[in-house]
Amino acid sequence: MAGSLLTAAGVVAGCSSEADNVVTLYYALEQYVPHIVATCNEEANGEYQIVHRQLPRDADGQREQMVRRLAAGDTDLDLLGLDVTWVPEFAEAKWLAEWTGEDKASVEEDTLEVPLKTATWDGKLYAAPMNTNVQLLWYDKSLTPEPPKTWEEMIEMSRDLKAQGKPYQILYTGAQYEGLVVAFNSLVNSAGGQVLSDDGTEVTLDDKARRALEIMRQMVDEGLNSPSLSNAQEQQVVDSFSPGDSQAAFQINWPFVYAATRDAKSPRFENLAWTTYPGVGDNPGRVTVGGFNIAVSAYSEKKDLAFKAARCLRQAKNQKYAAICGGVPPTLESLYKDEEPIAPCDGDTSGKRQSMVDAYPMRDDILKSLETAAVRPLTPVYQNLSTVTSKILSPPGSIDPQATLEELREELNNAVQSQGVLP
Amino acid sequence: MTTQGPNPAETAAGSTAVAEPAEDAKRGNGKKNGKSALSEGKRAERRLAWLLCAPAVIVMVAVTAWPIIYSLWLSLQRYDLRFPDDTEFVGLDNYVAVLSSGYWWTAFGVTLAITVVSVAIELVLGMVLALVMHRALVGRGLVRTVSLIPYGIVTVVAAFSWYFAWDQVYGYFTGPDDAPLTQTIPSLLIIVLAEVWKTTPFMALLLMAGLALVPDDLLKAAAMDGANAWQRFTKVMLPVMKPAILVALLFRTLDAFRIFDNIFVLTKGQNDTSSVSMITYNNLIKGLNLGIGATMSVLIFISVAIIAFVFIKLFGTAAPGSDTEGRR
Repeated sequence: MAGSLLTAAGVVAGCSSEADNVVTLYYALEQYVPHIVATCNEEANGEYQIVHRQLPRDADGQREQMVRRLAAGDTDLDLLGLDVTWVPEFAEAKWLAEWTGEDKASVEEDTLEVPLKTATWDGKLYAAPMNTNVQLLWYDKSLTPEPPKTWEEMIEMSRDLKAQGKPYQILYTGAQYEGLVVAFNSLVNSAGGQVLSDDGTEVTLDDKARRALEIMRQMVDEGLNSPSLSNAQEQQVVDSFSPGDSQAAFQINWPFVYAATRDAKSPRFENLAWTTYPGVGDNPGRVTVGGFNIAVSAYSEKKDLAFKAARCLRQAKNQKYAAICGGVPPTLESLYKDEEPIAPCDGDTSGKRQSMVDAYPMRDDILKSLETAAVRPLTPVYQNLSTVTSKILSPPGSIDPQATLEELREELNNAVQSQGVLP
Repeated sequence: MTTQGPNPAETAAGSTAVAEPAEDAKRGNGKKNGKSALSEGKRAERRLAWLLCAPAVIVMVAVTAWPIIYSLWLSLQRYDLRFPDDTEFVGLDNYVAVLSSGYWWTAFGVTLAITVVSVAIELVLGMVLALVMHRALVGRGLVRTVSLIPYGIVTVVAAFSWYFAWDQVYGYFTGPDDAPLTQTIPSLLIIVLAEVWKTTPFMALLLMAGLALVPDDLLKAAAMDGANAWQRFTKVMLPVMKPAILVALLFRTLDAFRIFDNIFVLTKGQNDTSSVSMITYNNLIKGLNLGIGATMSVLIFISVAIIAFVFIKLFGTAAPGSDTEGRR
């Protein structure tokens, strides 16, 4: 069945014919993409023409479409928008063209180290970081003027607030999905551990991972999370924090919280404050990095043009536009110091000229987090690893630190060797 | 094809190709009398029949048999698209991996449960609906049209409307802290509900065809003999309808066992709600593991074959596809 499917995909794709200078960009449906594509097409002046092929909004849908076509050796794909966790998988399957020479040098210039690490596999550069992202700790400065520096402190503050009858809940993404894996990975790394070894071949969950599991369990046991923890994704987390009668005191969430809370006209916006991800014990916080990379397909017949187009798409002014108008933090360090306003965003009728300062009041904390940020385990089987991890950790109330740790070790070991069955 | 009563080709052979009493051929019992006389001409006819069938058979083999054989072959290999260099023949290792996996058996149990519960409910509701449609005196056309609407809606579209109805944020069946689609049992109930809502009309249609077989005279005679409505239903209607009921049950059971779209939209298989088709999709399309995925496909194929076999064995001659059924 699979065979016939793959062949069919190949046949369909083989039919399309395009002008020689057309470079296809398979990228998620994001509002800022048409603008940067248009900018590059104008600059290219006919040398190449980027055509944006919109992929679905959800990550699984994007990955599936690209994977199916690449597995069939489709030559119609030139540029691929990849979530940071997909690079090793695509690279190991030999679907990505390596960045070398001048192209590579241009990517390494000014790009932050951690995002660059997500684009690298086996010592080679396979993609160029387009944007990045980190979670921050958001809190209410009227409740806790001095934010917690560690999870232990946060749990204690929450306990005290609860005893005083004030909002106390610690919110994070506890639903059974990628967000739970991110939460776990940040905790493990902040405790000084790591899920997989650097080369992605061995499971390295140890006492530190156990500490992470203990913290997750302890919060449930003491009733410090929201009752809907096991349903909470990013949006639910921000939605449970915003109302005036919310019981939440802390949330671990992405920078969109700032704009979302402001736009929801939340009464809590005036006391909303943020800081970097808390540490565990004596270890500093190491938050999981997110974001998107752009890669050139190994089957592309226009690799030269594709590399040029990719470099254009991620150049500073495009990253700045995407950051300010699309809400995705840039991967170029210099943009975090940039204060120049840009022309109003496409479709913004107010004619407001925003700068990085307006859009990212939390930019220093993002940059600081990025310096120490942890990547998600780099392995070709990340998909398996993520599915299995979120399955085992859900719901967080069912975690039994020692038993769960052993189960994780065994199942992740299977996953890393691409053995066993996916749930 | 061959079970659909006297073969027209045979009848034709009896009347034209061979000198045979025409009345015999018309009565369809030429076979019995003219065994030796028929043989030569019949053989030629058979050969022609095979030749005529050949193109269809070749196409069937190409589009059905080959993928099945290829799946079998894939299932005996370690074949993960992410590790193209590690592809190798591994014998039955994939079967061991799948059959010793808790995830597979959970999915299997979930699929069986959904199949049994939804088909049982559909049978009862479908029968009621069929009786209503059959007996409706006024607005029969309207009743039939209205009850068929759910079946006319694309499953994915229907599944999405159920999804939004039960969604935590937008759902009109749920409150803000109530998310039934994130818990196992409530999710399964909603999946069954969506299935039943969607396919009961199909069941009713098949059963209505059976109801048409029940002669009114028989019911009137039974009533005359003092049978009440329930007795007439169980002692007269059901036995006469048995073949139609079996067809309906077999179709729906096979269909329900392959449930995919409702689960895909409603829960994506989270919280132990995966069906066997769902888990196969996850391993094959998401996990890119052709070996394990093909193994699961083969296991589903075997399960479906077993279900069909059990139906035919258990219900004997009344079962669809058995020899005597068509010739009754």
